Amino acid sequence: MNTTLRVRDIHYSYPDGREALAGVNLDVGQGERIAILGPNGAGKTTLAHHLNGIRRADEGLVEVDGIELDDSTIAAIRRKVGLVFQNPDDQLFMPTVEQDVGFGPANLGAAVEELPAIVADALAMVGASGLERRVPHHLSGGERRRIALATVLSMSPAILVLDEPTSGLDPGGRRDLIEVLSELEMAQVIITHDLPFALELCPRAVIMDGGQIVAEGKTTEILSDTELLGRHRLEMPYRLR
Amino acid sequence: MGAGHGHALYVHEHSPIHRIAPETKVLAVLLFVVAVAITPREAVWAFGIYAVIELVAMRVARIPASFVLSRLVAVIPFVIFALFLPFVGQGKDEEFLGLAISSAGVWAMWNILAKALLGATASILLAATTETPDILKGFSRLKVPGVITAIASFMIRYLEVIAGELGRMRTAMTARGYDPRWLWQARPIASSAGTLFIRSYERGERIYEAMLSRGYAGSMPHVSGETATPRQWIAAMIAPAIALVVAATALVIV
Repeated sequence: MNTTLRVRDIHYSYPDGREALAGVNLDVGQGERIAILGPNGAGKTTLAHHLNGIRRADEGLVEVDGIELDDSTIAAIRRKVGLVFQNPDDQLFMPTVEQDVGFGPANLGAAVEELPAIVADALAMVGASGLERRVPHHLSGGERRRIALATVLSMSPAILVLDEPTSGLDPGGRRDLIEVLSELEMAQVIITHDLPFALELCPRAVIMDGGQIVAEGKTTEILSDTELLGRHRLEMPYRLR
Repeated sequence: MGAGHGHALYVHEHSPIHRIAPETKVLAVLLFVVAVAITPREAVWAFGIYAVIELVAMRVARIPASFVLSRLVAVIPFVIFALFLPFVGQGKDEEFLGLAISSAGVWAMWNILAKALLGATASILLAATTETPDILKGFSRLKVPGVITAIASFMIRYLEVIAGELGRMRTAMTARGYDPRWLWQARPIASSAGTLFIRSYERGERIYEAMLSRGYAGSMPHVSGETATPRQWIAAMIAPAIALVVAATALVIV
């Protein structure tokens, strides 16, 4: 399998000296969906921010589609890695849905005349056609989450990185999201505390704790190891154990 | 938070004024307000004509008078200030209900009242016939610098988010028995304003990161959509043209 994302031994400390990533290694194959599980403060979001250069590692290597992340490639990497933030209110910052979904492609140089078609395609992928003229703060939580996804899909990324995509969604919104994500062909890195969600979407999972990847394997195996989960403050819902 | 907010300033209608391109309306309102502002206060007749122009625009746009009146509440602080002027102005040379008043003060009051009400009504009509994102588009097509329209659009986008945050903080305080009645109980409100500032600052950082990760490189992308036709420009300029002629006449006569 071709590797879309290669992360080698990245280290990162916050300005206050706290070490957030202590040597992370990760490979994601083309079109593969992988879940990153782990307790709060494990460094999952920090890792996500490294994958498209929002934060830069103190040492180590991030490679997307064979391109190594550095100052000269950062624009190309950001085009390839679509990062969906935890809170859609941080992701949706333009006055209308249409302008927000068009923001990325416009930055990448799409012509003004091409934008409507690109926007319509991205909205169709997330089942949100017809919301073009809406104002982000007038949308429901589930709609906002799907529009946030559309804002990166419109950039045709090679890999999606989703930070806690189900937080704050009702079961219906969560189901819609599962359907949308399972239809997409690009590789996906899904950071989540929602273990059944991970199980349903991702064949492979890793557990992160203390800034390192401490376990890696088939999601079914990882999630059936109650002792492993317990050690890292994770737990499957009672009925699914 | 949540869905289904009404628009506080927009009236959903399908009038010719609603349909016309936003940049023409923005410029028309701007010119109209300039005409009002430069008109000498003694030309009372001119203000009458301006009021008629606004009433006609209101009828054409099918904006209910009650809608405009209720939004005019925003100018009340200026009105109150203006109402004091006749009593505090220099040289009490007239008498009104047994009180000494200053005629210069009366003119000053009239000047503020007339111009504030006419100017506010013009902007209310703009907001009632143009959705906020379109007003911003209008500004950017009028070549207002991108930084300014970007700041305005972020402000509009996040005003409700921050207001929602403030609302939740107040609910959290109330839920824990905070019920301020006296000034010395205001401390938590002051500190919550500080918290809100920090939270908004941090949110700004996260938004900037979200922008970077979608390829933002220092300038906002161009806005799409159809621009105004010459006919729309002509139609939009009728009202401000009349107003400017009236203002010019008033300046010459007085």
